[in-house]
Amino acid sequence: MYRAQRLGLKYLTASTVMFGAMIVFGLLASIYYVRPGFMLNTFNFSTAKIVHIDGLVIWLLMGFIGAIYWFLPQELDREVEGIGLAEVLFWVFCAAVAVVVVVFIFVQYGAANEWSMWFINQGRKYVEAPRWAAMGIAAVAGVFAYNVIATTVVARKSTGILTVLIADLVPLVLLYFDAFPEMTNMSQDLFWWWWLVHLWVEATWEVLIGCIMAWTLIHLVGASRRVVESWLYVEVALVLGTGILGLGHHYFWIGTPRYWFAIGGFFSALEPLPLLGMVVHAVYDAGERHLQAANRPAFYWTLAEAFGNFIGAGVWGFMMTLPQINLYSHGTQWTASHGHLAFWGAYGCGVIAVLYLAIAQARGCERLDGTAWKWSFALLNTGMVGMSGALLVAGIDQAFFERAIGGSTWNAYLSMEGRPWFNESMWARLAFGLIFACGFAVLVYDLIAIPKRREAGAREEATAAAGS
Amino acid sequence: MYTQDPYFWRAGAIATVIFMCVVLAALTIDTLRQITPGGARVPAYDVINSAVTYQYDASRGEYAPKIGGEELIFGHKYSADEATALLARGKLVIQSRACIDCHTFFGNGAYYAPDLTRAWMDPVWARYAGPKRADRLAKFLMNPLRLGSRPMPNLHIQRDEAEAAVAYLKWMSAVDSNGFPDRFGAPGAQ
Repeated sequence: MYRAQRLGLKYLTASTVMFGAMIVFGLLASIYYVRPGFMLNTFNFSTAKIVHIDGLVIWLLMGFIGAIYWFLPQELDREVEGIGLAEVLFWVFCAAVAVVVVVFIFVQYGAANEWSMWFINQGRKYVEAPRWAAMGIAAVAGVFAYNVIATTVVARKSTGILTVLIADLVPLVLLYFDAFPEMTNMSQDLFWWWWLVHLWVEATWEVLIGCIMAWTLIHLVGASRRVVESWLYVEVALVLGTGILGLGHHYFWIGTPRYWFAIGGFFSALEPLPLLGMVVHAVYDAGERHLQAANRPAFYWTLAEAFGNFIGAGVWGFMMTLPQINLYSHGTQWTASHGHLAFWGAYGCGVIAVLYLAIAQARGCERLDGTAWKWSFALLNTGMVGMSGALLVAGIDQAFFERAIGGSTWNAYLSMEGRPWFNESMWARLAFGLIFACGFAVLVYDLIAIPKRREAGAREEATAAAGS
Repeated sequence: MYTQDPYFWRAGAIATVIFMCVVLAALTIDTLRQITPGGARVPAYDVINSAVTYQYDASRGEYAPKIGGEELIFGHKYSADEATALLARGKLVIQSRACIDCHTFFGNGAYYAPDLTRAWMDPVWARYAGPKRADRLAKFLMNPLRLGSRPMPNLHIQRDEAEAAVAYLKWMSAVDSNGFPDRFGAPGAQ
């Protein structure tokens, strides 16, 4: 095994730990909705929310980085350039994340000065990490991009997937520098903030997971590189062709000009197209293989990724992004419903597929099946669909009664909080969140149990050989 | 066939991405020009010296902020430079207390507490007319009252920080956000 692959496994392990932390703080955040006043002035909702959503970003980023360190040496048949530096930065990254989480939990907020921005909390959603930590993340991302580019250059060999990956890493790293500015004008602040959030999540991350899924398909089912690369280019054209100007659906209400209504609405309507294509292809491939593959958990999570991406990001996103609907759905639990299902479908399922693939390969497990992964698959997906469904009901209730009828005032908000549909939905979200957490526990158990299964398989083979 | 050649699709992908990036760059330049403070959409920071209301504009078919005559806050008329410095501090208060991780601004943020886009003119403060409203809001930020079932935590906001945050909310309420939120404070609404 290459050193880069060992590093990849470390990243995937760290990513799973962050996945768990994200779930714990998500469950905590959901309690505040059913028990208002919970831990008030001790551990406020905002802190739980920050660790939950920043944990989501770190979980997925670590998963992507781990997946690429896993596949890259296999792609180029050589060790990754600068691997020593990358190994050091892994521990720096983990230490920085731990320090930031401890500061978020125990310090929480500071006074209105630059010290708070540098060392406590920048107070911008998803990029709350203080500046010193954000600079650390930028350094890790820079070294990671260097690893990929330098290895490709030194190998004097490139593939279509690598070309797309390198072209994608450059804007991905550059966009992160959008995490630092401090602008007085909220309209400009949000304008640039969406460049980071949207052009990461609905553009560069989509391409990144496309590259990772392309490698996954080649390793998992022996898909033809020619076909996979052609589809990857089509996906890039469609995802970026619709996603770059799809950015406009975030510019309806922040003070920006009215032409964003037409641009944002039109391109948002097209955004599900590449995701629909992915589903059609996944159904075709799955049917052709009669739902069989040597690594069944990875295969099923890959299928879940295609469906989840289309439904969560595509359908749920389109449902609320036409300006005529968005005027009322914007900034409600409807958005939270879309956010949960989209991140899960577009990225979470893909990272889990790579986890199964990499760990099985690392432990020499050629065939992988069993019962635990099915429970985990069912519990996680049921939990996620349930949470998103509950948040959707709450969001529609909020859009009608707080926004359209109530006029979005404080009293309208407070009345909506007391509505039975809203409250019942919040209880349902908590219950499905617990189901999701159970699914995570089974997932971890199953991943840890993989070597035992190989040993069991070897024993069975040895017994069979002795018998014959 | 040429469609089976990945390079055909690569050329298409490159052309599409370049075209979209160029269009986005052009739109960005124009948008930034239009949302610079002092323009028709985003008012200058010294708008905090004026009355701001949110009214139905029949010609547009939507609600829009309306800037009125002089209405000072905290008994002081801020020069352009003073207003810029005050609002910069107000934004720092909002970021340092991570307000966006409970509230929303122009609908962006968390969804645990009310949207703050028009919080300055919320009917809940209606009985505190004119200059009194700013003082009442500042006191609320320093010692939040329990409004409804979901209380706001005490974030140890000092008086000067509270004044800066209130001034910021007043300025933000004057930004033209294309009719969002609809019917805010309208007759019949809450």
